[in-house]
Amino acid sequence: MAEETRTTQSPSGETSGGSERGERRPPRPGGPGGPGPGGREGGRKYFRRKKVCKFCVEKIEAVNYKDVRLLAQFVAESGKIVPRRLTGVCTPHQRRLSTAIKQARNIALLPFAGRPS
Amino acid sequence: MNRIYELMFIVRPDMVEEDQDKLISSLESNVTTSGGTVKSVEKMGKRRLAYTVRRFHDGIYILLTVEGGGAVIHELERRLRVTEPVIKFLTVRIDEEQKRLEKIKKIRDARRKAAPAPAAESGGEAAAVTA
Repeated sequence: MAEETRTTQSPSGETSGGSERGERRPPRPGGPGGPGPGGREGGRKYFRRKKVCKFCVEKIEAVNYKDVRLLAQFVAESGKIVPRRLTGVCTPHQRRLSTAIKQARNIALLPFAGRPS
Repeated sequence: MNRIYELMFIVRPDMVEEDQDKLISSLESNVTTSGGTVKSVEKMGKRRLAYTVRRFHDGIYILLTVEGGGAVIHELERRLRVTEPVIKFLTVRIDEEQKRLEKIKKIRDARRKAAPAPAAESGGEAAAVTA
């Protein structure tokens, strides 16, 4: 499931999924981000691109349950809400997003389970 | 205590246009008698449902924006529940969200007004330098 959720994101989302975890737990031999920090001293610049909150970047403030196209980007194939650690959405926006998704589910715009139409 | 609510409901896909209009107008009169006002009505048309509801795969979505207190909504929801062709409904309070959005917009506008002035200045300077 996790692989599927990543593929729904932009291709860069997949690779950067490991980086944040990597920053938090540096000793991670053989991980996908392994050769990254080896470049120069500090090496931070060689990490995978940091994910940013889509809502902050595009300045989308209104997270509405009617906007199915937007919400569907943050729902996995299984119908689950994709966690922040995979999408990079900031906490306040994730909170609004999850309420909006739940409202949309309630009115049959998004599925509780199964693939979104 | 006036609040703004958004009321979205789904009616059976085989409901004809006239019946929809009749239903909407009856709901509107219902709102006005209980002391609220209908601000807008939007028919969002037929859509595929994400899951089956009462064995229907499609539904006609209708959106009402209602202003009024909780009693208005209570009555309206009761009506929807007993109206047979309505298969699902959802009420969302939107006035606080609107207030929040307006606030953000105001801040942004103020910032935008503040921002272009220095930018234009610097542009002018650059032009002067090149000249």
